[in-house]
Amino acid sequence: METAFKVKNLKAYYGPKEALKDVSFDILKKTVTAIIGPSGCGKSTFIRCLNRMNDLVLGFNVKGEILYDGKNIYSKDIDVIDIRRQIGMVFQKPNPFPKSIYENVVYGLRIQGINRKETLDNVVEESLRKAAIWEEVKDRLHTSALQLSGGQQQRLCIARAIATEPEVILFDEPCSALDPIATAKIEDLITALKQEYTVVIVTHNMQQAARVSEYTGFFMMGELVEFDATQKIFTTPSNKMTEDYITGRFG
Amino acid sequence: MRKRYQWIKEKLIEGALFASALFSIFVTAGIIGVLFFETYEFFKEVSILDFLTDTQWTPLFTDKHFGILPLFAGTFLTTAIAILVALPIGLVSAIYLSEYASDRARNTVKPALEILAAVPTVVYGYFALLFVTPILQRFIPDLSGFNALSPGIVMGIMIIPIIASLSEDAMHAVPMGLREGAYALGAAKFQVATRVVVPAAFSGIAASFILGISRAVGETMVVAIAAGQQPRLTLNPLVPLETVTAYIVQVSLGDTPTGTIEYKTIFAAGMGLFTVTFVLNIVSYWLKKRFREVYE
Ligand SMILES: Nc1ncnc2c1ncn2[C@@H]1O[C@H](COP(=O)(O)OP(=O)(O)O)[C@@H](O)[C@H]1O
Ligand SMILES: [Mg+2]
Repeated sequence: METAFKVKNLKAYYGPKEALKDVSFDILKKTVTAIIGPSGCGKSTFIRCLNRMNDLVLGFNVKGEILYDGKNIYSKDIDVIDIRRQIGMVFQKPNPFPKSIYENVVYGLRIQGINRKETLDNVVEESLRKAAIWEEVKDRLHTSALQLSGGQQQRLCIARAIATEPEVILFDEPCSALDPIATAKIEDLITALKQEYTVVIVTHNMQQAARVSEYTGFFMMGELVEFDATQKIFTTPSNKMTEDYITGRFG
Repeated sequence: MRKRYQWIKEKLIEGALFASALFSIFVTAGIIGVLFFETYEFFKEVSILDFLTDTQWTPLFTDKHFGILPLFAGTFLTTAIAILVALPIGLVSAIYLSEYASDRARNTVKPALEILAAVPTVVYGYFALLFVTPILQRFIPDLSGFNALSPGIVMGIMIIPIIASLSEDAMHAVPMGLREGAYALGAAKFQVATRVVVPAAFSGIAASFILGISRAVGETMVVAIAAGQQPRLTLNPLVPLETVTAYIVQVSLGDTPTGTIEYKTIFAAGMGLFTVTFVLNIVSYWLKKRFREVYE
Protein backbone atom coordinates (compact mmCIF):
# COMPACT_ATOMS: atom_id res chain seq x y z
CA MET A 1 0.00 0.00 0.00
CA GLU A 2 1.06 3.58 -0.64
CA THR A 3 2.36 5.83 2.09
CA ALA A 4 0.55 9.07 2.85
CA PHE A 5 2.87 10.45 5.52
CA LYS A 6 6.44 9.55 6.19
CA VAL A 7 7.32 10.92 9.61
CA LYS A 8 11.08 11.15 10.09
CA ASN A 9 12.78 12.03 13.37
CA LEU A 10 10.05 14.46 14.30
CA LYS A 11 10.72 16.55 17.39
CA ALA A 12 8.34 19.22 18.58
CA TYR A 13 8.86 21.99 21.10
CA TYR A 14 6.63 24.46 22.91
CA GLY A 15 9.27 27.05 23.67
CA PRO A 16 11.97 25.10 25.49
CA LYS A 17 9.62 22.23 26.36
CA GLU A 18 10.04 19.13 24.22
CA ALA A 19 6.63 17.62 23.48
CA LEU A 20 7.66 15.04 20.86
CA LYS A 21 10.95 13.17 21.02
CA ASP A 22 12.20 11.75 17.77
CA VAL A 23 9.07 10.16 16.31
CA SER A 24 9.39 8.16 13.10
CA PHE A 25 6.81 6.02 11.35
CA ASP A 26 4.71 5.79 8.18
CA ILE A 27 1.00 6.38 7.77
CA LEU A 28 -0.58 4.46 4.90
CA LYS A 29 -3.09 5.81 2.42
CA LYS A 30 -6.75 4.87 2.75
CA THR A 31 -6.35 3.26 6.12
CA VAL A 32 -7.35 4.31 9.60
CA THR A 33 -4.40 4.94 11.88
CA ALA A 34 -5.08 5.41 15.58
CA ILE A 35 -2.87 7.32 17.98
CA ILE A 36 -3.31 6.27 21.59
CA GLY A 37 -1.59 7.06 24.85
CA PRO A 38 -2.16 8.68 28.23
CA SER A 39 -3.22 12.29 28.54
CA GLY A 40 -0.40 14.76 27.88
CA CYS A 41 1.77 12.30 25.98
CA GLY A 42 1.77 14.41 22.82
CA LYS A 43 -1.06 12.87 20.77
CA SER A 44 -2.62 16.23 19.89
CA THR A 45 0.76 17.80 19.31
CA PHE A 46 1.57 15.04 16.85
CA ILE A 47 -1.67 15.08 14.87
CA ARG A 48 -1.58 18.89 14.70
CA CYS A 49 1.84 18.66 13.10
CA LEU A 50 0.31 16.76 10.18
CA ASN A 51 -1.64 19.79 8.93
CA ARG A 52 0.61 22.39 10.53
CA MET A 53 -2.13 23.49 12.88
CA ASN A 54 0.57 24.09 15.50
CA ASP A 55 1.83 27.02 13.44
CA LEU A 56 -0.81 29.00 15.31
CA VAL A 57 0.86 28.37 18.66
CA LEU A 58 3.38 31.02 19.61
CA GLY A 59 6.81 29.56 20.33
CA PHE A 60 6.07 26.22 18.68
CA ASN A 61 8.88 24.58 16.74
CA VAL A 62 9.59 21.33 14.94
CA LYS A 63 12.72 19.49 13.88
CA GLY A 64 12.80 16.55 11.54
CA GLU A 65 10.53 15.97 8.57
CA ILE A 66 7.01 14.98 7.68
CA LEU A 67 6.86 13.91 4.07
CA TYR A 68 3.43 14.04 2.53
CA ASP A 69 3.32 12.68 -1.00
CA GLY A 70 7.09 12.82 -0.85
CA LYS A 71 7.33 16.52 0.06
CA ASN A 72 8.28 17.85 3.46
CA ILE A 73 5.28 19.84 4.65
CA TYR A 74 7.54 21.90 6.89
CA SER A 75 9.85 22.98 4.07
CA LYS A 76 9.86 26.68 3.25
CA ASP A 77 8.40 26.47 -0.25
CA ILE A 78 5.23 24.72 0.94
CA ASP A 79 2.02 26.75 1.04
CA VAL A 80 0.44 25.93 4.37
CA ILE A 81 -3.02 26.80 3.04
CA ASP A 82 -2.57 24.19 0.32
CA ILE A 83 -1.57 21.61 2.91
CA ARG A 84 -4.64 22.30 5.03
CA ARG A 85 -6.93 22.01 2.02
CA GLN A 86 -5.57 18.55 1.33
CA ILE A 87 -5.51 17.53 4.97
CA GLY A 88 -8.77 18.24 6.76
CA MET A 89 -9.29 18.17 10.50
CA VAL A 90 -12.06 17.45 12.97
CA PHE A 91 -11.58 18.65 16.51
CA GLN A 92 -12.28 17.39 20.00
CA LYS A 93 -15.04 19.86 20.67
CA PRO A 94 -17.51 20.27 17.79
CA ASN A 95 -16.84 23.75 16.40
CA PRO A 96 -19.47 24.63 13.82
CA PHE A 97 -19.49 28.29 12.80
CA PRO A 98 -22.46 30.30 14.08
CA LYS A 99 -23.98 30.18 10.61
CA SER A 100 -26.52 27.97 8.88
CA ILE A 101 -25.86 24.28 8.27
CA TYR A 102 -25.51 25.02 4.57
CA GLU A 103 -23.02 27.83 5.07
CA ASN A 104 -20.96 25.68 7.41
CA VAL A 105 -20.56 23.01 4.76
CA VAL A 106 -19.66 25.39 1.95
CA TYR A 107 -17.33 27.59 4.01
CA GLY A 108 -14.18 25.94 2.69
CA LEU A 109 -15.39 26.44 -0.88
CA ARG A 110 -16.44 30.03 -0.40
CA ILE A 111 -13.04 31.04 0.90
CA GLN A 112 -11.60 29.54 -2.27
CA GLY A 113 -13.90 31.85 -4.21
CA ILE A 114 -16.31 29.12 -5.30
CA ASN A 115 -19.80 30.61 -5.13
CA ARG A 116 -21.82 29.00 -7.92
CA LYS A 117 -25.07 27.94 -6.36
CA GLU A 118 -25.40 24.68 -8.29
CA THR A 119 -21.91 23.59 -7.33
CA LEU A 120 -22.48 24.48 -3.72
CA ASP A 121 -25.87 22.76 -3.57
CA ASN A 122 -24.34 19.57 -4.90
CA VAL A 123 -21.40 19.70 -2.54
CA VAL A 124 -23.71 20.27 0.42
CA GLU A 125 -25.84 17.24 -0.34
CA GLU A 126 -22.91 15.00 -1.17
CA SER A 127 -20.88 15.99 1.89
CA LEU A 128 -23.79 15.70 4.28
CA ARG A 129 -24.62 12.29 2.85
CA LYS A 130 -21.06 11.09 3.27
CA ALA A 131 -21.13 12.36 6.84
CA ALA A 132 -24.34 10.39 7.44
CA ILE A 133 -26.34 13.41 8.50
CA TRP A 134 -28.20 14.36 5.32
CA GLU A 135 -31.47 12.69 6.27
CA GLU A 136 -31.53 14.48 9.62
CA VAL A 137 -30.91 17.97 8.30
CA LYS A 138 -32.03 18.08 4.67
CA ASP A 139 -35.19 19.99 5.58
CA ARG A 140 -33.46 22.63 7.62
CA LEU A 141 -30.27 23.40 5.77
CA HIS A 142 -30.73 27.10 6.31
CA THR A 143 -31.25 27.01 10.04
CA SER A 144 -28.47 27.63 12.52
CA ALA A 145 -25.94 24.87 12.98
CA LEU A 146 -25.81 25.71 16.67
CA GLN A 147 -29.27 24.18 17.14
CA LEU A 148 -27.98 20.71 16.33
CA SER A 149 -27.07 18.21 19.03
CA GLY A 150 -23.41 17.64 19.86
CA GLY A 151 -23.23 14.46 17.80
CA GLN A 152 -24.91 16.12 14.84
CA GLN A 153 -22.60 19.11 15.12
CA GLN A 154 -19.61 16.79 15.00
CA ARG A 155 -20.92 15.04 11.90
CA LEU A 156 -21.56 18.46 10.37
CA CYS A 157 -17.92 19.31 11.07
CA ILE A 158 -16.95 16.11 9.28
CA ALA A 159 -19.14 17.13 6.32
CA ARG A 160 -17.49 20.53 6.36
CA ALA A 161 -14.08 18.88 6.20
CA ILE A 162 -15.19 16.54 3.40
CA ALA A 163 -16.61 19.39 1.32
CA THR A 164 -13.22 20.67 0.23
CA GLU A 165 -12.29 17.18 -1.03
CA PRO A 166 -9.25 16.53 1.12
CA GLU A 167 -7.22 13.35 0.84
CA VAL A 168 -6.67 13.01 4.55
CA ILE A 169 -8.94 13.67 7.52
CA LEU A 170 -7.44 14.08 10.96
CA PHE A 171 -9.57 13.46 14.04
CA ASP A 172 -8.43 14.64 17.45
CA GLU A 173 -10.57 12.78 20.01
CA PRO A 174 -13.73 13.44 17.99
CA CYS A 175 -16.00 11.59 20.41
CA SER A 176 -14.75 12.73 23.77
CA ALA A 177 -17.63 15.21 24.12
CA LEU A 178 -20.30 12.82 22.84
CA ASP A 179 -22.64 10.22 24.30
CA PRO A 180 -22.28 6.50 23.38
CA ILE A 181 -24.93 6.55 20.65
CA ALA A 182 -23.45 9.57 18.92
CA THR A 183 -20.02 8.00 19.37
CA ALA A 184 -21.14 4.80 17.65
CA LYS A 185 -22.40 6.82 14.68
CA ILE A 186 -19.10 8.66 14.32
CA GLU A 187 -17.17 5.39 14.57
CA ASP A 188 -19.27 3.81 11.80
CA LEU A 189 -18.68 6.90 9.75
CA ILE A 190 -14.91 6.77 10.23
CA THR A 191 -14.87 3.14 9.17
CA ALA A 192 -16.77 4.07 6.02
CA LEU A 193 -14.54 7.05 5.27
CA LYS A 194 -11.40 4.98 4.78
CA GLN A 195 -12.72 3.81 1.39
CA GLU A 196 -11.88 7.27 0.12
CA TYR A 197 -9.71 8.97 2.68
CA THR A 198 -6.65 8.48 4.77
CA VAL A 199 -7.79 8.79 8.36
CA VAL A 200 -5.70 9.52 11.44
CA ILE A 201 -7.55 9.46 14.73
CA VAL A 202 -6.34 10.39 18.18
CA THR A 203 -8.26 8.71 20.96
CA HIS A 204 -7.75 7.95 24.59
CA ASN A 205 -10.41 5.27 24.27
CA MET A 206 -8.62 2.02 23.50
CA GLN A 207 -11.74 0.12 22.52
CA GLN A 208 -12.38 2.82 19.98
CA ALA A 209 -8.90 2.44 18.53
CA ALA A 210 -9.41 -1.31 18.37
CA ARG A 211 -12.80 -0.92 16.68
CA VAL A 212 -11.98 1.57 13.97
CA SER A 213 -8.29 1.37 13.12
CA GLU A 214 -5.97 -0.91 11.17
CA TYR A 215 -2.78 0.57 12.57
CA THR A 216 -2.09 1.94 15.99
CA GLY A 217 0.71 4.03 17.41
CA PHE A 218 1.18 4.13 21.15
CA PHE A 219 2.69 7.33 22.56
CA MET A 220 4.20 7.83 26.00
CA MET A 221 5.70 11.06 27.24
CA GLY A 222 6.39 12.37 23.77
CA GLU A 223 7.83 9.15 22.43
CA LEU A 224 6.36 6.67 20.01
CA VAL A 225 6.68 3.51 22.05
CA GLU A 226 5.24 1.12 19.52
CA PHE A 227 3.64 1.28 16.10
CA ASP A 228 2.06 -1.75 14.47
CA ALA A 229 -1.08 -3.32 13.08
CA THR A 230 -3.90 -2.66 15.53
CA GLN A 231 -4.58 -6.33 15.95
CA LYS A 232 -0.97 -6.96 16.90
CA ILE A 233 -0.88 -4.04 19.35
CA PHE A 234 -3.97 -5.23 21.13
CA THR A 235 -3.15 -8.96 21.21
CA THR A 236 0.59 -9.39 21.28
CA PRO A 237 2.31 -6.06 21.83
CA SER A 238 6.07 -6.30 21.73
CA ASN A 239 6.70 -3.59 24.31
CA LYS A 240 6.01 -4.05 28.00
CA MET A 241 4.74 -0.46 28.37
CA THR A 242 2.22 -0.94 25.57
CA GLU A 243 0.98 -4.08 27.20
CA ASP A 244 0.63 -2.35 30.57
CA TYR A 245 -1.28 0.48 28.95
CA ILE A 246 -3.75 -1.57 26.93
CA THR A 247 -4.44 -3.90 29.82
CA GLY A 248 -5.27 -0.84 31.87
CA ARG A 249 -2.45 -1.16 34.33
CA PHE A 250 -1.78 2.59 34.12
CA GLY A 251 -2.82 5.72 32.28
CA MET B 1 -20.51 35.82 71.26
CA ARG B 2 -17.86 36.42 68.66
CA LYS B 3 -20.05 34.73 66.09
CA ARG B 4 -22.98 36.90 66.93
CA TYR B 5 -20.86 40.03 66.55
CA GLN B 6 -19.71 38.81 63.16
CA TRP B 7 -23.27 38.18 62.14
CA ILE B 8 -24.39 41.68 63.10
CA LYS B 9 -21.47 43.17 61.24
CA GLU B 10 -22.32 41.21 58.11
CA LYS B 11 -25.94 42.29 58.32
CA LEU B 12 -24.97 45.94 58.77
CA ILE B 13 -22.71 45.84 55.74
CA GLU B 14 -25.40 44.15 53.71
CA GLY B 15 -27.91 46.75 54.83
CA ALA B 16 -25.60 49.64 53.92
CA LEU B 17 -24.94 48.20 50.47
CA PHE B 18 -28.64 47.65 49.92
CA ALA B 19 -29.41 51.21 51.01
CA SER B 20 -26.92 52.72 48.57
CA ALA B 21 -28.27 50.59 45.74
CA LEU B 22 -31.77 51.69 46.65
CA PHE B 23 -30.67 55.32 46.82
CA SER B 24 -29.29 55.33 43.29
CA ILE B 25 -32.47 53.70 42.01
CA PHE B 26 -34.56 56.38 43.76
CA VAL B 27 -32.45 59.17 42.30
CA THR B 28 -32.77 57.75 38.80
CA ALA B 29 -36.49 57.26 39.23
CA GLY B 30 -36.75 60.83 40.57
CA ILE B 31 -34.97 62.27 37.54
CA ILE B 32 -37.14 60.33 35.14
CA GLY B 33 -40.20 61.37 37.16
CA VAL B 34 -39.35 65.08 36.85
CA LEU B 35 -38.65 64.59 33.16
CA PHE B 36 -42.05 62.99 32.64
CA PHE B 37 -43.86 65.58 34.74
CA GLU B 38 -42.39 68.63 33.02
CA THR B 39 -42.87 67.04 29.62
CA TYR B 40 -46.49 66.47 30.51
CA GLU B 41 -46.79 70.12 31.51
CA PHE B 42 -45.21 71.12 28.22
CA PHE B 43 -47.69 69.14 26.17
CA LYS B 44 -50.55 70.84 27.95
CA GLU B 45 -49.54 73.96 26.10
CA VAL B 46 -48.14 72.59 22.85
CA SER B 47 -49.79 69.87 20.81
CA ILE B 48 -47.76 66.72 20.19
CA LEU B 49 -48.56 66.99 16.50
CA ASP B 50 -46.97 70.47 16.27
CA PHE B 51 -44.03 69.24 18.29
CA LEU B 52 -43.39 66.36 15.93
CA THR B 53 -44.22 67.98 12.59
CA ASP B 54 -43.54 71.72 12.74
CA THR B 55 -40.35 72.51 10.87
CA GLN B 56 -39.28 75.43 13.03
CA TRP B 57 -37.95 75.55 16.56
CA THR B 58 -38.13 79.11 17.86
CA PRO B 59 -39.29 78.96 21.49
CA LEU B 60 -37.00 81.82 22.45
CA PHE B 61 -38.50 84.24 19.91
CA THR B 62 -41.79 86.10 19.98
CA ASP B 63 -43.11 84.09 17.04
CA LYS B 64 -42.87 80.77 18.84
CA HIS B 65 -42.67 77.46 17.00
CA PHE B 66 -42.13 74.17 18.78
CA GLY B 67 -41.13 71.76 16.01
CA ILE B 68 -38.45 69.43 17.32
CA LEU B 69 -37.45 68.31 13.82
CA PRO B 70 -34.67 70.89 13.28
CA LEU B 71 -33.00 69.86 16.53
CA PHE B 72 -33.36 66.19 15.68
CA ALA B 73 -31.97 66.88 12.22
CA GLY B 74 -28.95 68.51 13.86
CA THR B 75 -28.46 65.55 16.17
CA PHE B 76 -28.98 63.12 13.32
CA LEU B 77 -26.50 64.84 11.02
CA THR B 78 -23.68 65.20 13.55
CA THR B 79 -24.25 61.63 14.75
CA ALA B 80 -24.24 60.27 11.21
CA ILE B 81 -20.94 62.00 10.45
CA ALA B 82 -19.46 60.72 13.70
CA ILE B 83 -20.53 57.17 12.94
CA LEU B 84 -19.18 57.38 9.40
CA VAL B 85 -15.81 58.18 10.92
CA ALA B 86 -15.90 55.90 13.95
CA LEU B 87 -17.42 52.74 12.49
CA PRO B 88 -14.79 51.79 9.93
CA ILE B 89 -11.82 52.99 11.95
CA GLY B 90 -13.11 51.44 15.17
CA LEU B 91 -13.83 48.10 13.51
CA VAL B 92 -10.51 47.93 11.70
CA SER B 93 -8.68 48.78 14.93
CA ALA B 94 -10.60 46.06 16.74
CA ILE B 95 -9.74 43.50 14.08
CA TYR B 96 -6.11 44.49 14.26
CA LEU B 97 -6.01 44.35 18.06
CA SER B 98 -7.86 41.07 18.35
CA GLU B 99 -6.41 39.11 15.45
CA TYR B 100 -3.06 40.60 14.50
CA ALA B 101 -1.49 42.45 17.41
CA SER B 102 0.84 40.62 19.78
CA ASP B 103 -0.29 40.28 23.37
CA ARG B 104 2.16 42.99 24.30
CA ALA B 105 0.84 45.44 21.72
CA ARG B 106 -2.73 44.73 22.78
CA ASN B 107 -1.92 45.20 26.44
CA THR B 108 -0.41 48.60 25.67
CA VAL B 109 -2.97 49.86 23.19
CA LYS B 110 -6.13 48.85 25.05
CA PRO B 111 -5.42 50.89 28.20
CA ALA B 112 -4.28 53.77 25.97
CA LEU B 113 -7.66 53.66 24.21
CA GLU B 114 -9.39 53.81 27.53
CA ILE B 115 -7.38 56.88 28.51
CA LEU B 116 -8.40 58.50 25.24
CA ALA B 117 -12.00 57.87 26.24
CA ALA B 118 -11.35 59.72 29.50
CA VAL B 119 -10.35 63.03 27.87
CA PRO B 120 -12.97 65.64 28.91
CA THR B 121 -15.31 66.30 26.02
CA VAL B 122 -14.91 70.06 26.34
CA VAL B 123 -11.34 69.53 25.12
CA TYR B 124 -12.68 67.76 22.06
CA GLY B 125 -15.10 70.64 21.57
CA TYR B 126 -12.40 73.28 21.37
CA PHE B 127 -10.28 70.91 19.31
CA ALA B 128 -13.11 70.86 16.77
CA LEU B 129 -13.72 74.61 16.83
CA LEU B 130 -10.16 75.90 16.89
CA PHE B 131 -8.22 73.20 15.11
CA VAL B 132 -10.33 70.98 12.87
CA THR B 133 -12.67 73.63 11.46
CA PRO B 134 -9.83 75.95 10.29
CA ILE B 135 -8.07 73.01 8.65
CA LEU B 136 -11.26 71.90 6.93
CA GLN B 137 -11.88 75.45 5.75
CA ARG B 138 -8.69 75.30 3.72
CA PHE B 139 -10.19 72.50 1.66
CA ILE B 140 -13.84 73.57 1.85
CA PRO B 141 -13.98 77.37 1.53
CA ASP B 142 -17.78 77.35 1.99
CA LEU B 143 -17.53 75.87 5.45
CA SER B 144 -18.93 78.15 8.14
CA GLY B 145 -17.10 78.72 11.39
CA PHE B 146 -19.83 76.73 13.10
CA ASN B 147 -20.91 73.61 11.24
CA ALA B 148 -21.87 69.95 11.62
CA LEU B 149 -18.91 68.49 9.78
CA SER B 150 -16.12 69.37 12.16
CA PRO B 151 -17.81 68.41 15.44
CA GLY B 152 -19.15 65.31 13.69
CA ILE B 153 -15.65 64.22 12.74
CA VAL B 154 -14.30 65.01 16.19
CA MET B 155 -17.12 63.13 17.90
CA GLY B 156 -16.27 60.23 15.59
CA ILE B 157 -12.68 60.33 16.81
CA MET B 158 -14.00 60.50 20.33
CA ILE B 159 -16.09 57.34 20.04
CA ILE B 160 -13.51 55.28 18.14
CA PRO B 161 -12.09 53.99 21.45
CA ILE B 162 -15.53 52.83 22.61
CA ILE B 163 -16.20 50.96 19.40
CA ALA B 164 -12.67 49.58 19.09
CA SER B 165 -12.47 48.48 22.69
CA LEU B 166 -15.92 46.88 22.94
CA SER B 167 -15.68 45.24 19.52
CA GLU B 168 -12.29 43.90 20.46
CA ASP B 169 -13.75 42.40 23.63
CA ALA B 170 -16.43 40.69 21.56
CA MET B 171 -13.95 39.38 19.00
CA HIS B 172 -11.54 38.22 21.65
CA ALA B 173 -14.34 36.20 23.25
CA VAL B 174 -14.88 34.19 20.07
CA PRO B 175 -13.64 30.69 20.94
CA MET B 176 -10.25 29.70 19.53
CA GLY B 177 -11.92 26.52 18.25
CA LEU B 178 -13.82 28.49 15.62
CA ARG B 179 -10.64 30.05 14.30
CA GLU B 180 -8.97 26.63 14.23
CA GLY B 181 -11.95 25.23 12.35
CA ALA B 182 -11.49 27.85 9.66
CA TYR B 183 -7.72 27.52 9.46
CA ALA B 184 -8.13 23.76 9.11
CA LEU B 185 -10.26 24.40 6.00
CA GLY B 186 -7.43 26.38 4.45
CA ALA B 187 -8.53 29.87 5.40
CA ALA B 188 -5.96 32.66 5.40
CA LYS B 189 -5.61 34.87 8.45
CA PHE B 190 -7.55 37.74 6.93
CA GLN B 191 -10.38 35.39 5.94
CA VAL B 192 -10.51 33.99 9.44
CA ALA B 193 -10.74 37.51 10.83
CA THR B 194 -13.35 38.85 8.44
CA ARG B 195 -15.37 35.75 7.65
CA VAL B 196 -15.38 33.89 10.95
CA VAL B 197 -14.45 36.13 13.83
CA VAL B 198 -16.37 39.26 12.80
CA PRO B 199 -19.60 37.41 11.95
CA ALA B 200 -19.27 35.29 15.09
CA ALA B 201 -18.82 38.41 17.20
CA PHE B 202 -21.50 40.26 15.25
CA SER B 203 -23.97 40.94 18.01
CA GLY B 204 -21.21 42.13 20.32
CA ILE B 205 -19.84 44.38 17.60
CA ALA B 206 -23.30 45.70 16.79
CA ALA B 207 -23.83 46.42 20.47
CA SER B 208 -20.64 48.50 20.48
CA PHE B 209 -21.82 50.39 17.38
CA ILE B 210 -25.11 51.20 19.00
CA LEU B 211 -23.44 52.29 22.20
CA GLY B 212 -21.24 54.54 20.05
CA ILE B 213 -24.30 55.98 18.32
CA SER B 214 -26.00 56.48 21.65
CA ARG B 215 -22.91 58.27 22.89
CA ALA B 216 -22.88 60.56 19.84
CA VAL B 217 -26.59 61.31 20.17
CA GLY B 218 -26.15 62.30 23.79
CA GLU B 219 -22.86 64.15 23.30
CA THR B 220 -23.21 67.79 24.30
CA MET B 221 -20.05 69.81 24.71
CA VAL B 222 -18.52 69.15 21.30
CA VAL B 223 -21.62 70.17 19.38
CA ALA B 224 -22.52 73.01 21.72
CA ILE B 225 -19.09 74.51 21.15
CA ALA B 226 -18.45 73.81 17.48
CA ALA B 227 -21.78 73.31 15.69
CA GLY B 228 -23.47 76.61 16.50
CA GLN B 229 -26.82 77.43 18.01
CA GLN B 230 -29.12 77.82 15.06
CA PRO B 231 -31.91 75.24 14.86
CA ARG B 232 -32.13 74.50 11.18
CA LEU B 233 -33.88 71.73 9.34
CA THR B 234 -31.05 70.73 7.03
CA LEU B 235 -28.74 67.91 6.12
CA ASN B 236 -26.06 70.28 4.88
CA PRO B 237 -22.95 69.63 6.99
CA LEU B 238 -21.35 72.96 6.11
CA VAL B 239 -23.73 75.38 7.85
CA PRO B 240 -24.33 76.15 11.54
CA LEU B 241 -27.10 74.17 13.21
CA GLU B 242 -28.15 73.08 16.66
CA THR B 243 -28.55 69.64 18.21
CA VAL B 244 -31.02 68.66 20.91
CA THR B 245 -28.28 68.59 23.51
CA ALA B 246 -26.80 71.92 22.46
CA TYR B 247 -30.24 73.51 22.74
CA ILE B 248 -30.69 72.18 26.24
CA VAL B 249 -27.36 73.66 27.30
CA GLN B 250 -28.20 76.96 25.66
CA VAL B 251 -31.45 77.35 27.55
CA SER B 252 -30.08 75.95 30.80
CA LEU B 253 -27.25 78.46 30.77
CA GLY B 254 -29.55 81.37 29.93
CA ASP B 255 -31.81 83.19 32.39
CA THR B 256 -35.05 81.47 31.46
CA PRO B 257 -37.39 81.63 34.48
CA THR B 258 -38.61 78.35 35.96
CA GLY B 259 -42.12 77.36 34.94
CA THR B 260 -42.26 79.26 31.64
CA ILE B 261 -42.88 77.47 28.38
CA GLU B 262 -39.27 78.16 27.32
CA TYR B 263 -38.16 76.38 30.48
CA LYS B 264 -40.40 73.41 29.78
CA THR B 265 -39.01 72.98 26.27
CA ILE B 266 -35.82 71.70 27.87
CA PHE B 267 -37.71 68.79 29.30
CA ALA B 268 -39.65 68.04 26.16
CA ALA B 269 -36.45 68.08 24.12
CA GLY B 270 -34.71 66.06 26.82
CA MET B 271 -37.55 63.56 26.76
CA GLY B 272 -37.13 63.11 23.02
CA LEU B 273 -33.42 62.54 23.51
CA PHE B 274 -33.99 60.18 26.39
CA THR B 275 -36.39 58.11 24.33
CA VAL B 276 -33.84 57.71 21.55
CA THR B 277 -30.88 56.82 23.76
CA PHE B 278 -33.06 54.57 25.91
CA VAL B 279 -34.15 52.56 22.90
CA LEU B 280 -30.57 52.39 21.63
CA ASN B 281 -29.31 51.16 24.96
CA ILE B 282 -32.01 48.51 25.18
CA VAL B 283 -31.11 47.26 21.72
CA SER B 284 -27.44 47.23 22.64
CA TYR B 285 -28.14 45.35 25.86
CA TRP B 286 -30.25 42.83 24.02
CA LEU B 287 -27.58 42.26 21.39
CA LYS B 288 -24.91 41.76 24.02
CA LYS B 289 -27.06 39.27 25.85
CA ARG B 290 -27.67 37.35 22.67
CA PHE B 291 -23.94 37.28 22.03
CA ARG B 292 -23.36 35.84 25.48
CA GLU B 293 -25.98 33.16 24.99
CA VAL B 294 -24.15 31.90 21.92
CA TYR B 295 -20.79 31.41 23.63
CA GLU B 296 -21.22 30.89 27.34
N1 LIG C 1 0.08 25.38 23.59
C1 LIG C 1 0.93 24.73 24.41
N2 LIG C 1 1.91 25.39 25.06
C2 LIG C 1 2.76 24.75 25.88
N3 LIG C 1 2.71 23.45 26.13
C3 LIG C 1 1.78 22.70 25.52
C4 LIG C 1 0.83 23.31 24.64
N4 LIG C 1 0.00 22.34 24.16
C5 LIG C 1 0.42 21.20 24.76
N5 LIG C 1 1.48 21.40 25.56
C6 LIG C 1 2.22 20.38 26.34
O1 LIG C 1 2.70 19.40 25.47
C7 LIG C 1 2.48 18.11 26.02
C8 LIG C 1 1.67 17.27 25.07
O2 LIG C 1 0.36 17.80 25.00
P1 LIG C 1 -0.75 17.23 24.03
O3 LIG C 1 -0.14 17.00 22.71
O4 LIG C 1 -1.91 18.16 24.09
O5 LIG C 1 -1.09 15.85 24.74
P2 LIG C 1 -2.35 14.88 24.53
O6 LIG C 1 -3.14 15.35 23.35
O7 LIG C 1 -1.74 13.54 24.33
O8 LIG C 1 -3.14 14.90 25.78
C9 LIG C 1 1.82 18.30 27.37
O9 LIG C 1 2.80 18.22 28.37
C10 LIG C 1 1.26 19.69 27.30
O10 LIG C 1 1.29 20.29 28.57
MG1 LIG D 1 -5.17 16.05 23.22
